[in-house]
Amino acid sequence: MIIIGLLIAVSLTIAILFLGAFIWSLKSGQYDDLYGPSVRMLFEDKKKKVEEK
Amino acid sequence: MVEVDSTIDTKLICYHCGEPCTTEVFEAQEKNFCCHGCKTVFEILSENDLCEYYSFDEKPGVSLRHVSDETYAYLDAPSVRKKLMEFDSPSFGRIWFYVPAVHCISCIWLLENLQRIKKGVIASEVNFAGKMVRIDFNPEELTPGQLAQLLASLGYVPQINLEGEKKRTEPSNKVLVTKIAVAGFVFGNVMMLSFPEYLGVNDDDLGLRLIFSYLNLILAIPVMLYSARDYFVNGWKTFTQRQINIDVPIAAGLLALFFRSAYDIISHTGPGYMDSLVGLVFFLLIGRWFQSKTYESLAFDRDYKSYFPLAVMRWAGTDWAPVVVHDLQVGDQIKTRNLEIIPADSILLSPVAYIDYSFVTGESKPVQVKAGEVVYAGGRLLGQPVELTVTKITSQSHLTRLWNNHIFQKPEESHYKKIIDNAARRFTWVVMGVAVVTAVVWYFLNPSQMWLVLTAVLMVACPCALALAAPFTYGNMLRVFGRNGFYLKNADVIERLAGIDSVVFDKTGTITHGAANVVFVGVLRKEQQSWVKTLTASSTHPLSNLITKSLTAFPSVPVQEFIERAGKGIEGTFDGSYVKVGSADFTEFTGAREDVSSKVFVSIDGEVRGYYRIETSLRPEIKGLVVRLKEKCLALLSGDHDGDRARMKSIFPGHVQLLFDQSPHDKLDYISTLQRGGKKLMMIGDGLNDSGALKQSDVGVAITDDTGVFTPACDGILMGGKLAQLDRFLELGKSATTILKIAFGISFFYNIIALSFAVTGHLTPLVAAILMPISSVSVVGFSTLAVNWVAKRTLSK
Repeated sequence: MIIIGLLIAVSLTIAILFLGAFIWSLKSGQYDDLYGPSVRMLFEDKKKKVEEK
Repeated sequence: MVEVDSTIDTKLICYHCGEPCTTEVFEAQEKNFCCHGCKTVFEILSENDLCEYYSFDEKPGVSLRHVSDETYAYLDAPSVRKKLMEFDSPSFGRIWFYVPAVHCISCIWLLENLQRIKKGVIASEVNFAGKMVRIDFNPEELTPGQLAQLLASLGYVPQINLEGEKKRTEPSNKVLVTKIAVAGFVFGNVMMLSFPEYLGVNDDDLGLRLIFSYLNLILAIPVMLYSARDYFVNGWKTFTQRQINIDVPIAAGLLALFFRSAYDIISHTGPGYMDSLVGLVFFLLIGRWFQSKTYESLAFDRDYKSYFPLAVMRWAGTDWAPVVVHDLQVGDQIKTRNLEIIPADSILLSPVAYIDYSFVTGESKPVQVKAGEVVYAGGRLLGQPVELTVTKITSQSHLTRLWNNHIFQKPEESHYKKIIDNAARRFTWVVMGVAVVTAVVWYFLNPSQMWLVLTAVLMVACPCALALAAPFTYGNMLRVFGRNGFYLKNADVIERLAGIDSVVFDKTGTITHGAANVVFVGVLRKEQQSWVKTLTASSTHPLSNLITKSLTAFPSVPVQEFIERAGKGIEGTFDGSYVKVGSADFTEFTGAREDVSSKVFVSIDGEVRGYYRIETSLRPEIKGLVVRLKEKCLALLSGDHDGDRARMKSIFPGHVQLLFDQSPHDKLDYISTLQRGGKKLMMIGDGLNDSGALKQSDVGVAITDDTGVFTPACDGILMGGKLAQLDRFLELGKSATTILKIAFGISFFYNIIALSFAVTGHLTPLVAAILMPISSVSVVGFSTLAVNWVAKRTLSK
């Protein structure tokens, strides 16, 4: 039965890590602007090209 | 740069902003621009090799035609700078600007390439959803003011809001999501740890069960302390104020469940109800989040369309032209006439002005203002027209707040608020009582179920749908009215609108409008006609407006000692000539007095030179309206002589009283006499010489055509062209009240049904927590949809 206790401990730890990761991503503003980054990644290449000129 | 006459090339489209080039066309590199600003932006971009801007989106630019040369130097003052900057050190500064003009991919691209246009910008990043730009810069090379100037010069005028600068993030929403995340995490794990209980594992594994129970208890603690914190804080706050609201029963239910379960676990008497508890919190929070999202999308917050469009005369380079107040820019030169409201904080250009600030301060003694001094928005000009330079852009909401100033509030406000307050308070006590009785009964019936039933009862009895129904119903109706040219002061007016049983009309400007024919009988020289025009253009009286319109060909000239005498006429001195325009008595006309009501006399140096004969035309739609209003249409009040009686008789049916020669005071008396007789009156006038009557009536509506005059005493402003729909608006007011009653009914019905299920133990707390937000959303959704449906049906009849 000790194995069950161990499993519980491991699963809880992993779950807490994921909860922490979610809270961190929320706090760091990853959900603030859902549109900007999707177009910004398209700019990146062009920006470099211009700089190379 | 070549200037082309716009009459030849009307189809030219600006390369930068895509707007048609109406006034003149600017050219650069074989491309057309609508204004100098757009061309400048293009040149900046092409100099810096940033013309890709135009490749992401078709005509991405923001037109610079309406952008003023506002200076942002004030942003560099140390106190302002401190408020504005997120981070400020000698070598690095970070600042956020709110830029409402951001609208496409090109905008993002350009604003993130600022460092290529301006030296000193280190990096910039756009938050598209929030329309914010974050700029990192070197404070040694740039100042916040220069940055703002740079953005403005590109067409992205930043909106500086020093008080609300911190609003750019919405921490409350983020906090709520974090709380949901924590509650959800705990909910999942507690369910897992409760599995042995669900499956009925053998009793010999007591140790394992104990570990699981204690783990549940530990996991529930953050939910209680963090996720459910708001319920306890709010509940406690209202409880200590000896009031009670919806959070009190919820908090009581949560505490009951938690301590009962904790006792069970610690005393080893049972597994407790931790799974129910955390699930409850989880669903309550989800419901709250869902509610806030729904309300956001249904928000009845007045958008600018539901504000009445106040207009003002602005100098357009060659002549004065009306412009809507929210299009005013800093630096615009505007002209205000007698009795008009100053629409924006401005500096006086004319030598002197008398301003009545009673709308703002309640003090009715006029204030003298000299040239160069500041005049504040909301003041009303008395006497001679003045010219002003706008120093601060006004928001319509500011003027609406003035409109809602307590001086103009009617004494009998809002019945529904009282009903709701009383109902909510009683309802909550009833719920608490029911909960206690239920708990006692279940204690004897089945003690193990008592806590769950008690919590379910407390959860489900939320009267919050009740509190939401009224603001949503009336708020949406307000918006519907605004879209249709009927601007109401606030939602309470709708309630009074529903009770209206009689309508009283003013004549001039309401029934009659505009001139079919303006003829001058007599002799006037050219410059004398200019004098008359100058006088009439300074007055807001409807007859003055008609004369002004017939004299558009003549220029305005300077006037001395302009005086407007209400109900009589206007006078002024030109090059030593003393000119009077007005009624027969005022100009001391001695000739035959027949049909003088529709004549405006002109006297120069005491000698009557003739008169303008004005045939006012009727509003075409008035006849149909009067027929549809039937018995509701009660009386016509006119300040004029009864020369028009025959014509009015042909419009109004026999039961309508036609009263002529009414002074503003007579009108007021007439209204209050009827009100003492128990009538609920709506008065419709032009707001000039009947503002007393408008204020006295239950709903005073000012008719407006050029929207220059704003009468705070009225409850609503109706666009002249929409007068025909008046009966429909009255009908809609009634419908709104009916919808509200149905919504109340739904809310009560729902609560009673759910409560009966909960009391008899057929509803678990979990289901109750899910049903609760659904009930409020359904009530709000019902009232919103019903209002829109009714409005569509009524107005398209």
